[in-house]
Amino acid sequence: MSVLQQSHRISQDLTKRTDQPASLDFDDIQHFLMSRPPARAARYEFLSFRSGVGGRAWLTGLIDKVGTAGAVGSSLLDARWVTVGFTWNGLQTLGVAEASLANFPEEFRQGMAARAGVLGTTGANHPDHWVGGLASPNLHAIVVLFARDVAERERCRGEHERYVAQCGGVEVLSSLDLEAIPPFDYAHEHFGYRDRLSQPVIEGTGMEPTPGSGPPIKPGEFFLGYPDEEGPAAALPQPEILSRNGSYVAYLRMQEHVGAFRDFLRAHGETPEQQELIAAKLMGRWRSGAPLVLAPDKDDPKLGADSQRSNDFNYAKMDPHGYGCPLGAHIRRMNPRDTAANMNRRKMIRRGGTYGPPLPEGVPDDGIERGIAAFVGCASLVRQFEFAMNVWTNDPNFHELGNERDPIFGTQDGTFDMTIPKRPIRKKIIGLPAFTTIRGGAYLFLPGIKALRYLGSLSDGV
Amino acid sequence: MATAATATPSTPKERDWTKPSAMAIPKEGFFTPKQGRYGPIYPQTPACHGFTIIAKIKPGREDAIRAYGKTIEKAIADLPDALATLKLHYLRWVLFDIGKDTYFMYQGIFDTDFDKYTEDAVALFTKYGVNTVFENLDGFPEDWKTNVPAFVKFVREHQCPSFLEYGEYPYVSADEIKKALKLKAAFADMLDLMQ
Repeated sequence: MSVLQQSHRISQDLTKRTDQPASLDFDDIQHFLMSRPPARAARYEFLSFRSGVGGRAWLTGLIDKVGTAGAVGSSLLDARWVTVGFTWNGLQTLGVAEASLANFPEEFRQGMAARAGVLGTTGANHPDHWVGGLASPNLHAIVVLFARDVAERERCRGEHERYVAQCGGVEVLSSLDLEAIPPFDYAHEHFGYRDRLSQPVIEGTGMEPTPGSGPPIKPGEFFLGYPDEEGPAAALPQPEILSRNGSYVAYLRMQEHVGAFRDFLRAHGETPEQQELIAAKLMGRWRSGAPLVLAPDKDDPKLGADSQRSNDFNYAKMDPHGYGCPLGAHIRRMNPRDTAANMNRRKMIRRGGTYGPPLPEGVPDDGIERGIAAFVGCASLVRQFEFAMNVWTNDPNFHELGNERDPIFGTQDGTFDMTIPKRPIRKKIIGLPAFTTIRGGAYLFLPGIKALRYLGSLSDGV
Repeated sequence: MATAATATPSTPKERDWTKPSAMAIPKEGFFTPKQGRYGPIYPQTPACHGFTIIAKIKPGREDAIRAYGKTIEKAIADLPDALATLKLHYLRWVLFDIGKDTYFMYQGIFDTDFDKYTEDAVALFTKYGVNTVFENLDGFPEDWKTNVPAFVKFVREHQCPSFLEYGEYPYVSADEIKKALKLKAAFADMLDLMQ
């Protein structure tokens, strides 16, 4: 998952995008999945429309503030970046015609909460326990604000609060403030793992994938209306003005139990070095980001920080039995590389950040909720996001492991194990505790700018 | 009959390959419905996962369907790993008549619920011509190339769930069998070397 750092990135993105082909409609696509602004703070607001007219009025006044892929990054003076998305119920409330609503994909119509069985979000992760009204059918929209710093976030928060009060037809169900956690010189989450190490590069953006990341991915894997890895653009939900240049995103708020995680490391490693190795085996990378396939025995922080080297590996040839990176480690599940079929049809783009205060080393868990709140963007939730959750994250028999789930991200309740291949005899951890809990989620559609105007122009009963 | 709670052992620890096992399955094909990405998932039985698809063929297409047997034979001869994603044990394709109509039966036994790898399976079927053989079947969706849900719907509508499945070595995956045979071969080699 991602955190909100790396302020130098945007200028690099800008220079690299100058030779982009004109095929992608950068002025219509929202920036969210296309570029990563240099934000160190964020705020997500989850909204309910009291009426169609109220929702449309709110949206219409906000459209000019939504950042497009073309505009975001065009000025280094930009300090805030806005994204808007809707649930299927939100589109319905805004007045989208029944016939049109019906041709959106089944999983999006049902919403994330109804797909708990598919996703494996059971037990403590079940939507019954979600916070912030996210499992409610009254969740209609989300507005995501990325801000350069906390001061700008607070300024925008106040501005949106006044705007919502003025509109009257919109209710804020809940909100979440996010801030990058120190040290700020590299992206990482609360457990301390370096983040944003592998993200797909979209064909047509002019950006170059890092060595080992494979070729750029066709834009139709992320944006509706473009050729995808299978061929020409797939059929669009109608009317086309609503769906073209849009994307689906799955939102997940994942609490990280930092105290439990550190207790686990201490219980399974006598020395700091042994504890680091256990942390690395769960993830498949050292916390520095160095991949176990390339650095199996000892951390190599320079490798972890070197994006030209940190993805340049495979599993089938370089680590078939998992002596470096265990078969069930997080990164081997979320990106099996050359050990899974049709990988280019399973790629997703992650955006988001960390929320809650960091837990200082050496202190017991303070009970304050902290974690990652992230979005996974794609063109098909069922084929990309749900597959990753159903098979890679939560299938106990992934890679014939028999009784294991993703050790960090999977639904854990103490009944699943973790095998760490090792010569001569493997190490098996019986009854892995839950290091994370899903506290909320939603399926959203991020329309293009023309589609936002179309939605704003609808009327009730059409 | 076993109750829903005990019908499918929930963890591998409860599954004993040394004890032959039979499972009677309700008419619907499953005990308690378990949601998959494209609909309810059929249970794993002592005879692993599988499906039996039976569909009427379009008149005059029998020879075309039989010819696909050769197509698949050649595809696998050229590329033995071609269907690895499907985690198959066996495939059986049968043509038979009922009255004046001819029916095609596609029976597969594999180790993962089909739902998990549906898109991969459709992509493979497309690549090796299995989808194309389905074009000879009544009611197969014409837009299958771009419409995975329609393909899955056809498969589900023509799936005839078993009401009894039996395994002499229950719940053992093809990978486990291959591993055991490799181990046996390795031991045989080792013993030879020790002579």
